[in-house]
Amino acid sequence: MALAGLFLLLFLPVHLAINLLLLKSDPEPFNKAAGFMANFPVIKVIEILLFAALLIHISYGFYIQIKNWLARPVGYAIATKSDTSPFSKFMIWTGSSILLFLILHFFNFFFIRLGLVEGNPEDFYSVAHNLFKIPLYNYIYLTCFILLGLHLYHAFSSAFQTLGLNHRIWTPVVKTVALLYSVVLPGGFAFIAITIWLFR
Amino acid sequence: MHFTLKIWRQKNSLARGSFETYNLDDVSPEMSFLEMLDALNKKLVEEDKDPVAFDSDCREGICGSCGMYINGHPHGPVPAITTCHLSMRYFRDSETIWVEPWRAKPFPVIKDLIVDRSALDKIQIAGGFVSVNTGAAPEANSLPVNKEKADEAFDSSICIGCGACVAACKNASAMLFVSAKVSQFALLPQGRVEARQRVRAMIEKMDELGFGNCSNSGACEAECPKQIKLVSIARLKREYYKSY
Ligand code: SF4
Ligand code: FES
Repeated sequence: MALAGLFLLLFLPVHLAINLLLLKSDPEPFNKAAGFMANFPVIKVIEILLFAALLIHISYGFYIQIKNWLARPVGYAIATKSDTSPFSKFMIWTGSSILLFLILHFFNFFFIRLGLVEGNPEDFYSVAHNLFKIPLYNYIYLTCFILLGLHLYHAFSSAFQTLGLNHRIWTPVVKTVALLYSVVLPGGFAFIAITIWLFR
Repeated sequence: MHFTLKIWRQKNSLARGSFETYNLDDVSPEMSFLEMLDALNKKLVEEDKDPVAFDSDCREGICGSCGMYINGHPHGPVPAITTCHLSMRYFRDSETIWVEPWRAKPFPVIKDLIVDRSALDKIQIAGGFVSVNTGAAPEANSLPVNKEKADEAFDSSICIGCGACVAACKNASAMLFVSAKVSQFALLPQGRVEARQRVRAMIEKMDELGFGNCSNSGACEAECPKQIKLVSIARLKREYYKSY
């Protein structure tokens, strides 16, 4: 769970860096980068690993959650007032929302590349720009990135704890990095979407 | 002080339980929560009613039997104490207090507020011991133990097995308990000998008994009356990975 999650965490900055090219008025660099990601052999291997990580993370996540629900068949009348990590309670919901978004995302891009859905795989730049012109798409996109931020905030430090890495000095540092990561990364994606939506 | 009590009543493990409301006057702020329940029970007996069943033994915070879930907190709203140490001055006069038993699949309700916590004993029996024959106590200096480690082992060993961590956890996970029990041995040379088997056996037993998994929410740490920390769970993980 933690290892697969951390691996997925590494992928996001790469994706964000490529997305930043969407802000250029010239479609060439973005399309080239997208083409490179689609065809370069090493990336292909990483892509397979990424999908494996995703699958493990999602299936294991659901499996654990169901077991956890079963561990308390009768709940409390008064909801817990314990002082806990605020977003840990909603991981299954934030995670599931992200999964739904991912399916939508695949319809818009990945499935075009595979030829499953109609579209021009050579020009993802226009595909993205057109999507960001649809207000409803933007609402969904922005909501999902807020949820992603909440998911990442707990996930980041939690993964270290699960791997047994809890340290007097380093854990607070990890928590700060988690906060930065969960604001900056989704914030970056949202910034691109809003810029294209409102100013292009 | 006056209180309205909403207490979970359940005849036995098979019966359907429900909350009963009781009004109790003349509670002194110095009373402990258990003494307040004693006063309620005295009144119920005088009225020829069935007293509320709850567990207690030492009434000084060391046996771990007095667990109950009070207003959304295991052992009540005050951190780092057991219910027997919780005094009524921590509540507002005329407050409504909800009292529920621990809720977890491995902790079936026996009656009212009493649950069967023997699942924790089963985990302990699975590996929480040192089976090497140590003979008479050796000369202390012949087995040097670093002070920091000794302190950590001691801090882990003060877990009283009350189950508040399980009760607080949204997943009803017993990780904090297991981590304390594994740590108290893993940190000392006497415990290292069987460290591998111990951690695996205890975790396996915990899963088998139907406790949930840890999602690092930290409710256990917030509610543990003996202040066992999440670092202890991280140590448990390291011990577990090392055992392979
Ligand atoms: S770890 Fe704390 S809360 Fe859990 S059983 Fe031990 S003393 Fe009770
Ligand atoms: S009665 Fe022993 S800890 Fe409360």
